[in-house]
Amino acid sequence: MKYMMFVCTDAEPDTDREEWPDIEAWVAENDARGRRLRGAELAAETAATTVRVRGGELILSDGPFAETKEVIVGFDLLECADLDEAIEVARAHPMARAGRLELRPFADSEQ
Amino acid sequence: MTEYLAEVAADAYPRIVAALIRVTGDWTLAEDCAQEALALAVRRWPREGRPANPGGWLMTVARNRAIDALRRASVERRKLEELATLAPTAQEGPETLGEESVDDRLRLIFTCCHPALALEARVALTLRTVCGVPTADIARAFLVTEETMTRRLTRAKKRIAEAGIPYRVPGGAALAERLPGVLAVLYLLFTQGYNADGRPAFAREAIRLARLLRLLMPGQAEVSALLALFLLQDSRRDARRDAEGGLLPLDRQDRSRWDRSAIAEGLDLLAGIEQDGPYGLQARIAACHATAPSPSDTDWPRIARCYDELARIRSTPVVELNRAVAHGYAHGPAAGLALLAGARAGGALDGHPLALAAEADLTARNGDRARAAALFRRAAAAAHSEPERRALLDRADENSRQEPDRP
Repeated sequence: MKYMMFVCTDAEPDTDREEWPDIEAWVAENDARGRRLRGAELAAETAATTVRVRGGELILSDGPFAETKEVIVGFDLLECADLDEAIEVARAHPMARAGRLELRPFADSEQ
Repeated sequence: MTEYLAEVAADAYPRIVAALIRVTGDWTLAEDCAQEALALAVRRWPREGRPANPGGWLMTVARNRAIDALRRASVERRKLEELATLAPTAQEGPETLGEESVDDRLRLIFTCCHPALALEARVALTLRTVCGVPTADIARAFLVTEETMTRRLTRAKKRIAEAGIPYRVPGGAALAERLPGVLAVLYLLFTQGYNADGRPAFAREAIRLARLLRLLMPGQAEVSALLALFLLQDSRRDARRDAEGGLLPLDRQDRSRWDRSAIAEGLDLLAGIEQDGPYGLQARIAACHATAPSPSDTDWPRIARCYDELARIRSTPVVELNRAVAHGYAHGPAAGLALLAGARAGGALDGHPLALAAEADLTARNGDRARAAALFRRAAAAAHSEPERRALLDRADENSRQEPDRP
């Protein structure tokens, strides 16, 4: 199954500072095992532009579409057998400790 | 016949549902076919007599229904062929389980109890799918309408498919991580709601599931401990209510009405456990009560030690409260009051009726009757039920009477 893993900040990161995983090692391992198809870090939310069309009119606003303390700072596209494998991949990501991760399966898993 | 069928169904239903889900991946189809097989048995068996292998009979009927339904939906040949081979598995007893073969029912339990499902959904799904409890009965226990519960169950099943929750028992380290979650669902099942007889609504299902889990996962100490805890608590089911239907506390129950065979089985299970986890400790506490000939002969020092250990490995406000009460009986009310003050320091027990009642009781036994009377009144005001409230007001009156303190 394909999962889009959104990488987000969190207002309450893990206070346990011991043995945080290394992002380079995480990418290398999951790329090698074919579980990470691609991924990227995103520019700061101040660079975001939100686009809507209403009644034929283009409405642009600066910033992300949701005004929250937690923002999406990156993504990884995962290919995993099931949710358990995706959770194993996600829990080893440093941002599982520093922030939070959202696992969203593709609506059509054939894509 | 109905009783006989219920007995057969209790064993066969989860096997059939689990096997059909494994092959078809369709939860609703699996449940429907298993229900239809039971309905046919209700009509046929009284007329035609019981089949030689009732479990196999039910599995065959359910399987054929599933094949028909899937043929109509023109499902691929492979699935149909796999379905056709299902019947014999219904005849296998647990004793034929090999080391590698994982029972379908275990897979079903772990999937229903997957932590990616909301806890309430886990409990409802387990009741419906593993125990075959009618949706209307589950809805009643959860205090929602049947339609709401149907929606909730449908959503949970849809989520399993969409989120990619696997139909599998986790292996290795993941098993140790996931088992407590499964046991928590069983525990919630056991405590969910109370019937008019003072029995948790799904106690029987919880005990049956714990037995099944123990059979399927021998050597897991906490599984045996949970079953022991259930049996020891359930042994008091007939003694928990007075003639008016009010709940009776432990010290006012008629101990001759406790179920001795359930207690014996619980103690036997505990004797086989070497290392106590949270359920093991709770079961040992229940065992101390179950084996005490009278309230005053209870081994409170042992109970206090169990609570100390429980607080060390899994501290919750309620555990700390019970620990204070146990120390109050074991080492005097002053010791209990000191621990209670510590337990309340975080504010988690503010307004908690049991915490107020415990403080009132400890204060009364410590000799401060005027303060105890006031505390009993506050506890009564916070009580959740009328019988509880009445009992607390009685204690308040006892303590405000102008009689000298007993020596």
